[in-house]
Amino acid sequence: MSTPATSSMYEPKRLGRRLAGPIFGALCLFATLIGVVVLAVLLGSVFALVTRYATSENWSSWLANVGGLSSYLGNLLSRLQSSDPESAGFRAGVFGSLWLLGMVTLFSIPVGVGAAVYLEEYAPAGRLKQLIQINIANLAGVPSIVYGILGLAFFVRAFGWEKVALGPTLWAGSLTLSLLILPTIVIATREALRTVPNSLRQAAVALGATRWQVIRDHVLPSSIPGILTGTILALSRAIGETAPLLMVEAAGSILRVPRGPGDRYTALPVEIYSYAKQPEAEFQTVAAGGILLLLALLLTMNSIAIVIRNRYGRGPRN
Amino acid sequence: MKPPVATLIHSGGPPAPEAKIVISAKRLSVWYGSSLALREVTLDIPCNRITSLIGPSGCGKSTLLRCFNRMNDLIPGARMEGTLEFDGEDLTSPGVDAVALRRRIGMVFQKPNPFPKSIYQNVAWGARINGYKGEMDELVERSLRRAALWDEVKSKLNKSGLDLSGGQQQRLCIARTLAVEPEVILMDEPCSALDPISTARVEDLMEDLKKDYTIVIVTHNMQQARRTSDMTACLMLDDAAKDGHRTGIVVEFSTTARMFTNPQDPRTEAYITGRIG
Ligand SMILES: Nc1ncnc2c1ncn2[C@@H]1O[C@H](COP(=O)(O)OP(=O)(O)OP(=O)(O)O)[C@@H](O)[C@H]1O
Ligand SMILES: [Mg+2]
Repeated sequence: MSTPATSSMYEPKRLGRRLAGPIFGALCLFATLIGVVVLAVLLGSVFALVTRYATSENWSSWLANVGGLSSYLGNLLSRLQSSDPESAGFRAGVFGSLWLLGMVTLFSIPVGVGAAVYLEEYAPAGRLKQLIQINIANLAGVPSIVYGILGLAFFVRAFGWEKVALGPTLWAGSLTLSLLILPTIVIATREALRTVPNSLRQAAVALGATRWQVIRDHVLPSSIPGILTGTILALSRAIGETAPLLMVEAAGSILRVPRGPGDRYTALPVEIYSYAKQPEAEFQTVAAGGILLLLALLLTMNSIAIVIRNRYGRGPRN
Repeated sequence: MKPPVATLIHSGGPPAPEAKIVISAKRLSVWYGSSLALREVTLDIPCNRITSLIGPSGCGKSTLLRCFNRMNDLIPGARMEGTLEFDGEDLTSPGVDAVALRRRIGMVFQKPNPFPKSIYQNVAWGARINGYKGEMDELVERSLRRAALWDEVKSKLNKSGLDLSGGQQQRLCIARTLAVEPEVILMDEPCSALDPISTARVEDLMEDLKKDYTIVIVTHNMQQARRTSDMTACLMLDDAAKDGHRTGIVVEFSTTARMFTNPQDPRTEAYITGRIG
């Protein structure tokens, strides 16, 4: 008696329920494909641009083309800027970008990780902490050109106070880029610190450890994969940035490799930009080649991030 | 209607008279923010004895335990009132060096929480950060032996502590606590995640450790309290206040034998016979 009454209370919409899952799955697949397809088209067009001039017309000798492409990129690496596309290259920009990468790493990681550790492990909950948090989240969304303007006014010109102004040097460029990615590093590091279970902190504290000992020996080691992954991705972003560097006068017409942090410099994306502006079609090939160099640099950095995550990724299990 | 707290405390008679008192709480109250979690606890923890804290969920057993090693400091808004004496010092005073205190009063948690490091490092770390000067290998072996774990792990000291079974992990946590040579060991439901065999091993271990340490254990297992402990404190939630908030109190504190054969408080009796809680 009661059994049929109860079971009649449940009327699953069989058809709709069975369809909803696959439809949602298909939509997600479509979304993924958009990203993959766009990337493939982009890469393909860049390759096409490079190969149009750089390699032989005969596509049947595929290997020869690969060889031709890599020797072309090698040439680009060894040549400085030039108004002649035949002898134009990115040597100054590649070295400028590597200098920037090194200096930004030195500035942004200690400050960003330090700020995140303070906020997660030391700062007492309260208004101030909330205010700082909201600020950092907002800073992460500020357009990079705004950091460029800040860098120009503050680092390059020091608001007109010439004695302390850094001028358009690597110092100014790397400090500007460091400010730009600092919020991202802070946020990524905080996320990583938050994945460290509290039971671990409690275990250490209960043994008579100071806060610093707990952070040094347990919290940081457990969160280092997350910190490094987030930080390397932020650094990749810094290396690809063009607009703020244009603002801080990383001039496109620098004809030598920087000799030190006080030197003037140019960067790979800035050089790509200045070649792409040229009217001659040959320069488009040079620009496309520069893009491949930049992509190679970024892919290397991202693979390092992945390797680190996989190697140290076996964090605490509970 | 309710007898005053003070008379309840001594309803079980004075705790085993020959034992020295290690920790002594007098009218200790604990707040979390504005809510009172424990009211006026008066309790003496005797030396080289096992004292168990029993009572229904939410009555403040863990809270009381965390007062003893100032772990409540980690909880924002937690504060104590009254006195809590340990080695001539009042632990409720803000000047207490909680870091130094926690080496002397160790803690084992409900869920085994070994460090994600090797078994060896799990034991050695606490000793090292406390400036242990002696032979580390020897200390690690001694602590693991004491925790009845040595024979199971001696061949794999460099394996991760997380690769052990739950029961082994809990004994590793005990070994880690022993390695800093505390005077008191606090255990918050140390066996609740363990099977009966592992539980029996931990209980045997406690019996053995009693010779050298004072143990305070929180347990929901009446049989465990009865089997292992010398003294038992029964905590309860008092009758609801006007706003519905309920506060933990100690309703009875006496020898375990007396608590389980002849409980003085009707609430204790109802709880241990399984009628409430
Ligand atoms: N971190 C905290 N912040 C605020 N209130 C808390 C906190 N921890 C515990 N409480 C409150 O204090 C009271 C006692 O909690 P406690 O954890 O000490 O109970 P317990 O007796 O250990 O319970 P159980 O047997 O379930 O472990 C509860 O009302 C709880 O809500
Ligand atoms: Mg508890």
